[in-house]
Amino acid sequence: MSTHTLSVLVENKPGVLARIAGLFARRGFNIESLAVGPTEYDEVSRMTIVVNVEENPLEQVTKQLNKLVNVLKIVELEPSSTVSRELLLVKVKSDAVTRSQVLEIVEMFRAKVVDVATDALTIEATGSADKLDALLKMLDSFGVKELVQSGMVAVGRGSRSISDRALRPIERIA
Amino acid sequence: MSEQMTGAQALVRALESAGAEVAFGIPGGAILPTYDPLFDSQKLRHVLVRHEQGAGHAAEGYALATGKVGVAIVTSGPGATNLVTPIYNAYMDSTPIVAITGQVGSPMIGTDAFQEADIRGITTPITKHNFLVTNADDIAHTVAEAFFIASTGRPGPVLIDVAKDAQQALTTFEYPERVELPGYRPTAKPHSKQIREAAKLIVSAKRPVFYIGGGVLLARASAELRALAELTGIPVVTTLMARGAFPDSHRLHMGMPGMHGTVGAVGALQRSDLLIAIGTRFDDRVTGRLASFAPNAAVIHADIDPAEISKNRIADVPIVGDAREVIADLVVAVRAELEAGNQADLTGWWRQLDGWRTVYPLAYDTPSDGSLSPQYVIERLGKIVGPDAVYVAGVGQHQMWAAHYLPHEKPHTWLNSGGAGTMGFAVPAAMGAKFGRPDTPVWAIDGDGCFQMTNQELVTCALEGAPIKVAIINNGSLGMVRQWQTLFYNERYSNTDLHSKRVPDFVKLADAMGCVGMRCESAGDVDASIEKAMSIDDMPVVIDFEVHKDAMVWPMVPAGTSNDDINVARDLAPAWETEVL
Repeated sequence: MSTHTLSVLVENKPGVLARIAGLFARRGFNIESLAVGPTEYDEVSRMTIVVNVEENPLEQVTKQLNKLVNVLKIVELEPSSTVSRELLLVKVKSDAVTRSQVLEIVEMFRAKVVDVATDALTIEATGSADKLDALLKMLDSFGVKELVQSGMVAVGRGSRSISDRALRPIERIA
Repeated sequence: MSEQMTGAQALVRALESAGAEVAFGIPGGAILPTYDPLFDSQKLRHVLVRHEQGAGHAAEGYALATGKVGVAIVTSGPGATNLVTPIYNAYMDSTPIVAITGQVGSPMIGTDAFQEADIRGITTPITKHNFLVTNADDIAHTVAEAFFIASTGRPGPVLIDVAKDAQQALTTFEYPERVELPGYRPTAKPHSKQIREAAKLIVSAKRPVFYIGGGVLLARASAELRALAELTGIPVVTTLMARGAFPDSHRLHMGMPGMHGTVGAVGALQRSDLLIAIGTRFDDRVTGRLASFAPNAAVIHADIDPAEISKNRIADVPIVGDAREVIADLVVAVRAELEAGNQADLTGWWRQLDGWRTVYPLAYDTPSDGSLSPQYVIERLGKIVGPDAVYVAGVGQHQMWAAHYLPHEKPHTWLNSGGAGTMGFAVPAAMGAKFGRPDTPVWAIDGDGCFQMTNQELVTCALEGAPIKVAIINNGSLGMVRQWQTLFYNERYSNTDLHSKRVPDFVKLADAMGCVGMRCESAGDVDASIEKAMSIDDMPVVIDFEVHKDAMVWPMVPAGTSNDDINVARDLAPAWETEVL
């Protein structure tokens, strides 16, 4: 098993997310992370899907995804040539005594404080999953009151864009 | 040309524009606006069925018999959910149908309104695509897209759920000349490099076999297949879905492979060194235990659906394309190879194949108690009715016997439920086939279990002028399940005895439904019963053939085992490696 990141361009229509999530579920795949958002084209949305599978079943699910009428294009992003980010918002217990220690950690991780209360700090951080894990480990001892994390979004390095030819005929070779 | 009209009128006009001539359905609240203009349509005939499942299977039967898109129209909620089984059946067998379902008014969607069901959500896993239309302006182009998706690429069912207010609202009707679907572009033309590679393997293999599936029928490629088979002299096996794609009587035909395949067909696949698989999907009913399927064979796999290639068995030469184009291109490429003098000697292979054919032909026992043999009934039916009729089967023992003993000589004359195994398919599908081909005799061969699931459509047949014939192979039980109980459950017949030789009285039932009913209990009466049925052409006919209860389908590969473990009769396995001359 290994982790794969798929970027899927889909028509921005109602029900498309359900079709894709349903396809993964009924073919027996567990989605680790999924993020959906707009693209540079109004009628196109982009999904970043992280799955943990073998090579062969991944090819099968990609082909099945390609058959969905609302799916325009699927690209697997190679980790070595991809920038990927997740967003974390975490509310940490912190009073006058511990505040400076927490701020020091925030500084080290190039995170930001986005809200302050007398007994808590809310911190925003972006980065790879590894970096966010490391940050959380450091904050754990102060007491995490609440935590929310986005799915991963990713884009290939360099000047090329996967949506360049998205609306042209899609090559489908077995 | 654009014209003001209601969404309902636009829906009917769009169906007419798409070429629909017959629609099967039942009205109800949410689809009522559409039934009003449908009443006046001169081009689109509506057949009022007795159950929505019947509408769906009739649409399938119509599509299978004609090659056109079948249409079913039903209301929301239970009307739509009753259509789920035929939609699934069409999905499994890649049959092009368009299902129109009424939906509650769009302001009420999501409120658990009366007869509201999320039929789009329900059918998403079992449709090729589906739509919810809440705006009258979207009706015409959605119908065009649905017909296009259903009938192109790998065909399949498409559902359009139309909200009641969209049917009632005014719109400007305009049927699009072209459909724009940026995410849907099936590949029909195969890659020439793959074709050349395949041709090289085909002429050099020593034990090649054409493993032909239903895709060849969907692509209407029988003539091309025959040309390629005769050009190469390579044996052909046709799966349950492909019966009739290649004539049974042809010397190159080894029969049907699979769980109930002939020894010749199963042996041809198992001992092959090259499977030329076209329009087929390596279904478990064909392969048996996958790990031991055709263990020494290289695989050329051609299919229009790229997702089928290397799904179950890794292909050495994958070819994405329409079966007819693939086969036509292969004929050219193989001929070039043959002209260059490349041709393997298949004499030894044919000696082996002919040996299996001679030693292990299809055979059945005549019951010792004098009761009627089901295989005999089906064999006689095929002989007397002939290869030009359309035969429609249900699911179970009678289906397998029909697959073996009917004369499958011509394409599109064998209709059955393959991938889904939907009991009750036969009667409504035969009805649909009869509407599609009114001048052709249509025979449903049904089991007594299957028949009791959907026989009410005989009322529709009687009233709407679809004089189909039904041969009930009545063994009084759920025969295939009973066969498994005999073989694998110590003859403990839990809930498989239907007592249908006693109740219901199928002759009276037929009579009550406006059909001619007959009963046949002995071999001596079989021919006369069939001939009498053939002489009646103004009413549906039902013959209750009361047959031996313990007859079993052979050969058989027990589920989950290797094809090598095929039995030709109970506890009787073929001697594979014996050299037979």
